[in-house]
Amino acid sequence: MTPLLQVDGLTKRYGARLGCGDVSFDLYPGEVMGIVGESGSGKSTLLSCLAGHLAPDAGRVVFDTRAEGARDVLTMSEPERRMLGRTDWAFVHQHARDGLRMGVSAGANVGERLMAVGARHYGDIREQAVDWLGRVEIPADRVDDRPRAFSGGMQQRLQIARNLVTGPRLVFMDEPTGGLDVSVQARLLDLLRGLVREMGLSAIIVTHDLAVVRLLADRLMVMKDGRVVEAGLTDQVLDDPQHGYTQLLVSSVLLV
Amino acid sequence: MSVQTAMDEAQVDQAQADRASTDQAGTGRHDPAYNFAYLDEQTKRMIRRALLKALAIPGYQVPFASREMPMPYGWGTGGVQVTAACLEPDDVLKVIDQGADDTTNAVSIRKFFQRTAGVAVTEATGEASLIQTRHRIPETPLTEGQILVYQVPIPEPLRFLEPRETETRKMHALEEYGLMHVKLYEDIAHNGAISTAYAYPVKVEGRYVMDPSPIPKFDNPRLESPAIQLFGAGREQRIYALPPYCRVESLDFEDHPFEASKADHDCDLCGCGDSYLDEVIVDDEGGRMFVCSDTDFCATRRALGHAGRLSGEALA
Repeated sequence: MTPLLQVDGLTKRYGARLGCGDVSFDLYPGEVMGIVGESGSGKSTLLSCLAGHLAPDAGRVVFDTRAEGARDVLTMSEPERRMLGRTDWAFVHQHARDGLRMGVSAGANVGERLMAVGARHYGDIREQAVDWLGRVEIPADRVDDRPRAFSGGMQQRLQIARNLVTGPRLVFMDEPTGGLDVSVQARLLDLLRGLVREMGLSAIIVTHDLAVVRLLADRLMVMKDGRVVEAGLTDQVLDDPQHGYTQLLVSSVLLV
Repeated sequence: MSVQTAMDEAQVDQAQADRASTDQAGTGRHDPAYNFAYLDEQTKRMIRRALLKALAIPGYQVPFASREMPMPYGWGTGGVQVTAACLEPDDVLKVIDQGADDTTNAVSIRKFFQRTAGVAVTEATGEASLIQTRHRIPETPLTEGQILVYQVPIPEPLRFLEPRETETRKMHALEEYGLMHVKLYEDIAHNGAISTAYAYPVKVEGRYVMDPSPIPKFDNPRLESPAIQLFGAGREQRIYALPPYCRVESLDFEDHPFEASKADHDCDLCGCGDSYLDEVIVDDEGGRMFVCSDTDFCATRRALGHAGRLSGEALA
């Protein structure tokens, strides 16, 4: 099986400071990779570099495109990369406000990606929008409401619907459950797990919440000061941490 | 169009302008305190260069160094600068505001160029060689050789959807226009039909999405015209253009096609059934009448003997 995403020696510096250094991994179709670490460990920098929002200083990010097979994302032209960003890729932001258009209705938010790839039939677009709102448990009668009128959890679910409507193969998530209370988190995680399994998505999830990766991720990378200090199967890393920092991280989880 | 051609043309214009300012004979008798058509020659050249670029890339917004004009922003500072850059001493100028030749804005701009350029003016669309307009295209079909100059308040069609100029420029460059349809989607979702009635977005030559200035969408089909159409936005410092006969499509959905709409009435003065109408409240009891917004078109028809519902009545 060819990997969906191959990352090789990815490095990003902010002047003398290291954002993330020499990160390499392969991601296979249907696999969910978690990236954990404390604030400032470089996990968001890594995600931005992978998703093409930041230009790394060194390294390769090779994506298995539908049309042309393996392509280095970093040497693609900007139109190609942006096209990828609204078809095969999806990016779920920590704050729903960053990923949504707050001034237009929920239906238009979901429909925007469809229209961006050329859908020009109002009836079809609306049907798909309503269908996707249903899948993320937003009632169909809220389709013409603006996201402003939604709760935090609903906004986050709307953002997920908006991202998944074009049937992407790779989803980047930056703290998808950050800032939500635990019961809402639980339902969102349940939903995400269902969608990932159902659609066979590959995903890279950045979080500092070990419970989230325990539930969602097949594999885990632990980052500290811009470097990957430990990587492996999620259960293995969490149950038998080898690196001192991972041990600290695992033992710091509050038990209720 | 090459830079050389542009420069040649600028020089020809310069020569013409020089002739006009020295030779006071003929119609070109302008106030000697001003350079011909108010702007200095360097500024006019700069604007002409922008105009040539705009014509070469239909629908693309060309930045230009807009000057302070002796009128407030929003009153047509962009249109006036484009007109000044295009005027020649033997031009015949017509200025309309919402189709009317006799409103404050139209009268002021006409007088401005009478004084500063000494050009002949007219109200007849057919006789004009250059027409400056605010928010309408004249009803009488334009012909080859005529220039129509639009006053544009906000040249960026994506502005109210995406406030960042850096981002909208990128979207134009990469032809990412999905967002424009989001606006039309919202119209249908909230109102059951595309309710955008003016400044209706168009795609030019299959490439750039353009704001046709706030003309009613009734006028959109006539953007495909034998005349040269120039758009000037003074405050926003942008010029764009439609060369003659260039393809202009109004954006729409397959199941909600574009429709050029107007008030469902005939003109009450000239009886015309297919011109764009203004609604005028005539008394305190809710009485109203519909009249052609194009005053020249309406007056010409009345002179030819056409009559509407209220013609012959004394209208205050």
